[in-house]
Amino acid sequence: MAETVFAPWDDPTEKPLIRFHNVTKRFGDFTAIDDLTLDIFEREFFALLGPSGCGKTTMMRMLAGFENPTEGAIELAGQDIAGVPANKRAVNMMFQSYALFPHLTVWDNIAFGLRRESKDKAAIAARVEEMLKLTRLEKFARRKPHQISGGQRQRVALARSLAKAPKLLLLDEPLGALDAKLREATQFELMDIQEKTGTTFVIVTHDQEEAMTVASRVAVMDEGRVMQVATPERIYEAPDSVYVADFIGDVNLLHGTAAPSGEDTYVVTWSANEAPVQAASTRSFSTGQTCHLAIRPEKVAIHKDKPEADNAVQGKVLDIAYLGNLSTYHVELPTGDIIKAQVANTRRISRRDFTWEDPVWVSWSKTAGVLLAE
Amino acid sequence: MNRLSSFNVVSLTLGFVFLYVPMLILVIYSFNASKLVTVWAGFSTRWYGELLSNEAFLDAAWVTLRVAVISSTIATVLGTMAAYVLVRGGRFMGRTLFSGMIYAPLVMPEVITGLSLLLLFIGLGLDRGVLTIVLAHTTFSMCFVSVVVSSRLVSFDRSLEEAALDLGASPWDAFRLVTLPIIAPAVISGWLLAFTLSLDDLVIASFTSGPSATTLPMKIWSSVRLGVSPEINALSTILIGLVTIGVIAASLASKHAALRAKRDEQAAARAA
Ligand SMILES: Nc1ncnc2c1ncn2[C@@H]1O[C@H](COP(=O)(O)OP(=O)(O)O)[C@@H](O)[C@H]1O
Ligand SMILES: [Mg+2]
Repeated sequence: MAETVFAPWDDPTEKPLIRFHNVTKRFGDFTAIDDLTLDIFEREFFALLGPSGCGKTTMMRMLAGFENPTEGAIELAGQDIAGVPANKRAVNMMFQSYALFPHLTVWDNIAFGLRRESKDKAAIAARVEEMLKLTRLEKFARRKPHQISGGQRQRVALARSLAKAPKLLLLDEPLGALDAKLREATQFELMDIQEKTGTTFVIVTHDQEEAMTVASRVAVMDEGRVMQVATPERIYEAPDSVYVADFIGDVNLLHGTAAPSGEDTYVVTWSANEAPVQAASTRSFSTGQTCHLAIRPEKVAIHKDKPEADNAVQGKVLDIAYLGNLSTYHVELPTGDIIKAQVANTRRISRRDFTWEDPVWVSWSKTAGVLLAE
Repeated sequence: MNRLSSFNVVSLTLGFVFLYVPMLILVIYSFNASKLVTVWAGFSTRWYGELLSNEAFLDAAWVTLRVAVISSTIATVLGTMAAYVLVRGGRFMGRTLFSGMIYAPLVMPEVITGLSLLLLFIGLGLDRGVLTIVLAHTTFSMCFVSVVVSSRLVSFDRSLEEAALDLGASPWDAFRLVTLPIIAPAVISGWLLAFTLSLDDLVIASFTSGPSATTLPMKIWSSVRLGVSPEINALSTILIGLVTIGVIAASLASKHAALRAKRDEQAAARAA
C-alpha cells in the first residue's frame, strides 16, 4: 500500500497554519527573539529545541497571546494575531509548571475551558469524560491536583489544554518533571493523541532525544535565532552548521581546508602530519576554503590492522565509555585530536577486542561525514 | 522535654501577669454585687441585666456593629482592588508613588487622619453620623486590607491566571474564578482586620461622628469619664469573651485546614 508521506513543508501550494514574519522580541534592550521567520503547518508535531534561555518559551508566549512581538508579525491561519487577546485565540497552552487550578478537582480543571464558551452541561460532561478516558484519569476525576502524582498532574494539564479541541496546542517542556520511563511512555502517548485528534502541536524541549522521537520537524534555536528547521533525520544526518551538528547528538569535528577532487568530492587537509581525508559534499567549497568535517561516532569503525577504507587514521585507545548496548571508544591520534568510534556490543564485555592503550585504526567512508563551512 | 530554667519561669510569669492581670480584675469586678467598683460585695450578674436594659449602650453597640460590617466590607473590596492593580498592573506612571501612598496611612497618627476627614466632611457639607464614620473607617482600614492582600498576591503564581485566560476566560472571570478563590484566606483576614480596627476605633470615630451616632468605644470612654461603673466592666467582659471565642474559632479552623491539607498530601503520596 502506497502511503503518502506527510511533508506539507515541501509543498509550495500548502498554506502554513502559523507564520512568523521577521519577528523580533526585545525585553528592554535585551533581544530574546532575533528576526525570526518560520512556517508551521497544520497537523504538524513541531519541536523547538535549544539551550536554556534561547527564547523557546518567549515564542510560545507570543503564540498564546501573553507577549506581543516588538517587530514583525505572527499569522495564525492567515490572520495577523497581533492585538487578539489570549482568551480569544484558538490556541491552548500546556504550561511548563502545569498551572493546574489548585482549588478545583481534576474534573473541574478539565471542564474550565469548556464552561467559558458553552452552557450545555451535558455536552461539557461528555467532553470531560472523553478527555478523562483519553488520558486514563477516570479514577482521579474527583481529586484535587495535590492529591495526585506528578505524572497524573501532567496528564490533567494535557487533558485540560486538549479539551477545547484547539487548532494549535502549545506544550512547554511538558515532560520535564517525569522520570525516564514515564517520559518515554508519555511521548508515545502524546504522538498517539496527536494522531487521533489531528491537532497541531508545538512542543518546547531542551531534550534532543525527545524532539527526535516525537517531532515531524525540529527547529534548532540559538540565542533567539533559528539555526535550522528540518525533519529529525535531516537535522541529524545533514546538519547545515557546526552548531547544529554539535548540538544534536555526539559528533567528531575535524577542522581543515578543502580542495575539490572530482565531482562533489573534496580532499580535506586537516593536519600537517596526517594524510588528508576525502569527503563527499553537495555543498561546494573553493580551493583552500576553511571547513569542518563532522562525522557521527557510529559511522566510524575501529580496527586492529590497517583497513581498506576511504579514510583511515592510526591512534591509541584513550578511554572506553560503556553504555550497555553500545561502547564508545575515544581514540587519541598522534596530533592530539580525539576521534570517537561507537560500536554495538554484540559480544560480552570480557571478550571485546580492544582495551586501554591498544594501538588501533579508525576508519570512515567518504560519505560518512558532512562538510560544513561554519 | 526541656525543663524551664527559673529565669524563664520568672520572665514568663511576669509577662503574663503584665498582660492579663488588668483584664482579670476587670472580669472579676464585673460580677461584683456592689455599685462601688473597688469594694467586693459578693458575686452577682446584676450588671449584665442592667446593661441589657440600657438603651444608650444597646444603640451604641448597634451603630458600632453596622459601621464595622459595612466599612470593613467596602474596605475589603477597595483594598483588594488596589492591591491587585499595584501588584499586577505592571509598570505604569506613578506606580511607586501609589504603592508608597497606600502604606502612608498605616503610620499616619490617627488624630491627623481624623482631623483631615472631619475637615473634608465639613467642606463637603456632609451631615456627620453613621455615614461619615463608615467613610472614615473605610478610608483607613482599606490600606490594611491592601497590605495583607498584596503580600499574598506577590507570591501568587501568575501562570494560573494566564492558564485561565488561555482557556478562554475573560480577565474578570480569571480573577473571579481562579485568583479570588485562591487568595480568599488573605481577603478574609483582611476583612477581619478591618472589622476589628473599626470595632475598637475611638479617635477617628470621635472626629467624624455627630450627635446622631455614637459608637461603643465612644460610649465607654465618655461614661468612664464620669466614673467607672460596673456596667462598663460587664460590657468589657462581654467584648473580651467575644474576642476570645473569635480567636479560638479562627485558630481551630486553621488547624483543621492544616490537618486536612496534610491528609490530602498523604493520600496523594499513596496514589503516586
Ligand atoms: N519578561 C521578561 N523580561 C525580561 N527578560 C525576559 C523576559 N522573559 C524572558 N526573558 C529573557 O529572554 C530570554 C529567553 O527566555 P525564554 O524564552 O524563557 O528561554 P527558554 O528558551 O529557556 O524558554 C532569557 O534570557 C530570559 O531571561
Ligand atoms: Mg522555557
